[in-house]
Amino acid sequence: IDNYDFCHNRAALSSGTERLTCNSITLLKCHFGLSVSFTTVVESHPDNALEDLRLDQPFTELKHHVESYDLDNMEKKDHSHTPWIIVVAKYLEKWYSEHNSQLPKNYKEKEAFRQLIREGNVIHHIPRILTNENGTPEDEENFEEAIKNVNTALNPTKVPSATEDIFNAEQCENITSQSPSFWVIAHGVRDFVRNEGNGKLPVRGTIPDMIADSDKFIKLQNVYRDKAMKDAAVVSKHVEALLQSVGKPPESTSEQEIKLFCKNAAFLRVVRCRSLAEEYSVDTFNKDEITSCMDSTDSEMVLYLMLRSVDRFYQQHSRYPGVYNYQVEEDINKLKLCVNSLLQEYSLNVNVKDDYIHEFCRYGAAEPHTVAAFLGGSAAQEAIKIITHQFVPFNNTFLYNAMSQTSATFQL
Amino acid sequence: MNLLLFSLFREKKRRRIEELNENMVVDGGNGDRSDWQGRWDHVNKFLERAGPFTHPDFEPSTESLQFLLDTCKILVIGAGGLGCELLLFALSGFRHIHVVDMDTIDISNLNRQFLFRPKDVGRPKAEVAADFVNDRVLGCNVVPHFKKIQDLDETFYKQFHIVVCGLDSVVARRWMNGMLLSLLIYEDGVLDPSSIIPLIDGGTEGFKGNARVILPGMTACIDCTLELYPPQINFPMCTIASMPRLPEHCVEYVRMLLWPKEKPFGDGVALDGDNPKHIQWVYQKSLDRAAEFSITGVTYRLTQGVVKRIIPAVASTNAVIAAACATEVFKIATSAYVPLNNYLVFNDVDGLYTYTFEAERKENCSACSQMPQDLQFLPSAKLQEVLDYLTENASLQMKSPAITTTLDGKNKTLYLQTVASIEERTRPNLSKTLKELGLVDGQELAVADVTTPQTVLFKLNFIS
Repeated sequence: IDNYDFCHNRAALSSGTERLTCNSITLLKCHFGLSVSFTTVVESHPDNALEDLRLDQPFTELKHHVESYDLDNMEKKDHSHTPWIIVVAKYLEKWYSEHNSQLPKNYKEKEAFRQLIREGNVIHHIPRILTNENGTPEDEENFEEAIKNVNTALNPTKVPSATEDIFNAEQCENITSQSPSFWVIAHGVRDFVRNEGNGKLPVRGTIPDMIADSDKFIKLQNVYRDKAMKDAAVVSKHVEALLQSVGKPPESTSEQEIKLFCKNAAFLRVVRCRSLAEEYSVDTFNKDEITSCMDSTDSEMVLYLMLRSVDRFYQQHSRYPGVYNYQVEEDINKLKLCVNSLLQEYSLNVNVKDDYIHEFCRYGAAEPHTVAAFLGGSAAQEAIKIITHQFVPFNNTFLYNAMSQTSATFQL
Repeated sequence: MNLLLFSLFREKKRRRIEELNENMVVDGGNGDRSDWQGRWDHVNKFLERAGPFTHPDFEPSTESLQFLLDTCKILVIGAGGLGCELLLFALSGFRHIHVVDMDTIDISNLNRQFLFRPKDVGRPKAEVAADFVNDRVLGCNVVPHFKKIQDLDETFYKQFHIVVCGLDSVVARRWMNGMLLSLLIYEDGVLDPSSIIPLIDGGTEGFKGNARVILPGMTACIDCTLELYPPQINFPMCTIASMPRLPEHCVEYVRMLLWPKEKPFGDGVALDGDNPKHIQWVYQKSLDRAAEFSITGVTYRLTQGVVKRIIPAVASTNAVIAAACATEVFKIATSAYVPLNNYLVFNDVDGLYTYTFEAERKENCSACSQMPQDLQFLPSAKLQEVLDYLTENASLQMKSPAITTTLDGKNKTLYLQTVASIEERTRPNLSKTLKELGLVDGQELAVADVTTPQTVLFKLNFIS
């Protein structure tokens, strides 16, 4: 069984300008590189995303909805099942009136705001304090949620820098009939932000689950959902106009695409990779990255240099070092010459320890299948990311060391 | 430049395929094993050659390969997403492999458990996996066990050199951990190293995974790092019963409340997540529930996901983690390199990320520290509180502990859940105080639980 093939086949390679190369899978270390000109990601699925609640600048429909609540005159049951978003919104109004309409900004102010909520939960003409078995007062759970979320709920709504970069990119600015829909929609969203959005992205439309009765929760959720749909419709109009201006029919981008884009507007990513030519050329290779990594001589960077040297060895000798037992000793010197010539050609003043040269001769181009499998699995998923435009691909050289079970990604 | 690399790569591949085809002819070179020439070349380079990074105890020899081929016995727990990939290390020369799995093959397994085919659906995973590997890898002998790990005893587990786990539950991991710990032999308080069976444990969830090496009695065990496992998400009952907000709440309502009440498929028929008729019923009822509260989003797929507690599985994560584990099996079996010390985390949501660190042993670990566990309670505390502590404490996380003790020289069961008649008989004890039950300061309590094959001893300390 050719282990390498077996694992390699699991990586579905796409054609065209995008190339995921699994180079030199040999020995107990391996590396592969990505040379895609760029790949756009709409659904990056970030692990820890902040919610888009607009509490700092509530849109009209949200304001109306909050107004419909009168916390001071509610039945206890309703009071303890009011969504924390409403609670925070109400107390924020109070805070604004006493603080010149300024958001709580630092820890001290946020703590004071939390205290405001705590006191508000206690001082009501109708006693609403829950007491636990020992008689000590407890906040209602929804108020506790409100207090817990103060930290993140009051962050000013703004366009994340990664999204700003996309808006300012050349491909976004200059839309032509050839532009991929990613850039067309991005331009549309940018138009929205600069006009109807007042500097803000279309509302995302989702809220986290929270303690509330079904009715209140669904109504609140619908306020956000409806606004998101409204905003997406406006973006659609911009996109339509844009498509028209470059002579394309409005059906070129679907409603679904636009909605998905708007929902993920805060998480858009573009990954630009350098080409293999740039990586290899003496004029454009990333000298700084290599040199600074090699400050620690056991950095995974040394493996990269060794792999490049081994390639050089192959070019010169039409075989890999140390394949047969009798070759191991003499190839050490030959490989060392390759290493030195590589360092010299690229004017790299770094130290590659002899141990690594010995080790690579020892390997004799062996391809342990467990190492190939690790690489194959990783590469396969990267290919899928690029094809599906979901999740963020690596950029652009990944090195895996199975001896220490460590890895590193370098941008070369 | 890149064209040159590509043509070199293609050339190399072409040559190797030719080579392999030539050498596939059986030659009697290695006795009657029918190994073709060069079959173990890759492996031998690591076993017969000295090198600067090898394990300090490593000595190159031609006998290491024989050990792998003839003697080394590996146990693989689980023949699912990780297990199928793990069995690949059979390619490195391991020939005596046992695999344990209590499950049968479901059609949803086929996208990643690649040892299985559509025709295998319904058959035991362990058996199909063993058949596949035995056919595919000449000379390999995989022995399947269609059983729960708890159905096998220490005489079974004692025979292995290394145990590798590809499990999907923390409880099972803890049990396995406990079993290997119970095999340790101490002489005059000193651990006999020959009684240590290394445990290599892999786990994945979506795009995240981890691989770890455990040397029972020496390095951090599963229970030492119990807090690392994320807590299970369970919705509060009041939300499910009267205040649903999410589609998941609606499904849980049907599963937990409606099904036991309406018994749609007969008395005593449990909800089976793999039975489409059952899921269809739950789905319909969930839709009704959702409609009552104007909740959108209930789909068949979501229903099944909630009922079966499905966590999405990604084939590539399994491949990567299993590969890392298999590399460790090789290293440990051959002493070729220093094994992972001792925990690797992998995440490819954003780029490719690994993090390697040494998990530390917990001084008073309930599983491996051999220290009696302390319990502090008021004498007026009820037994229920002790039970709650055992299940809720983050380092213990027991599931259904059974508490026994010695009173007046006789063994007395204070509370046991798993047998209905005993549960009924001992239930009144839960509302009695520890003093009323006759327990004294310093009392030893023996606790048995599904999370450990051995009883855990606790010492009760009365506080005032």
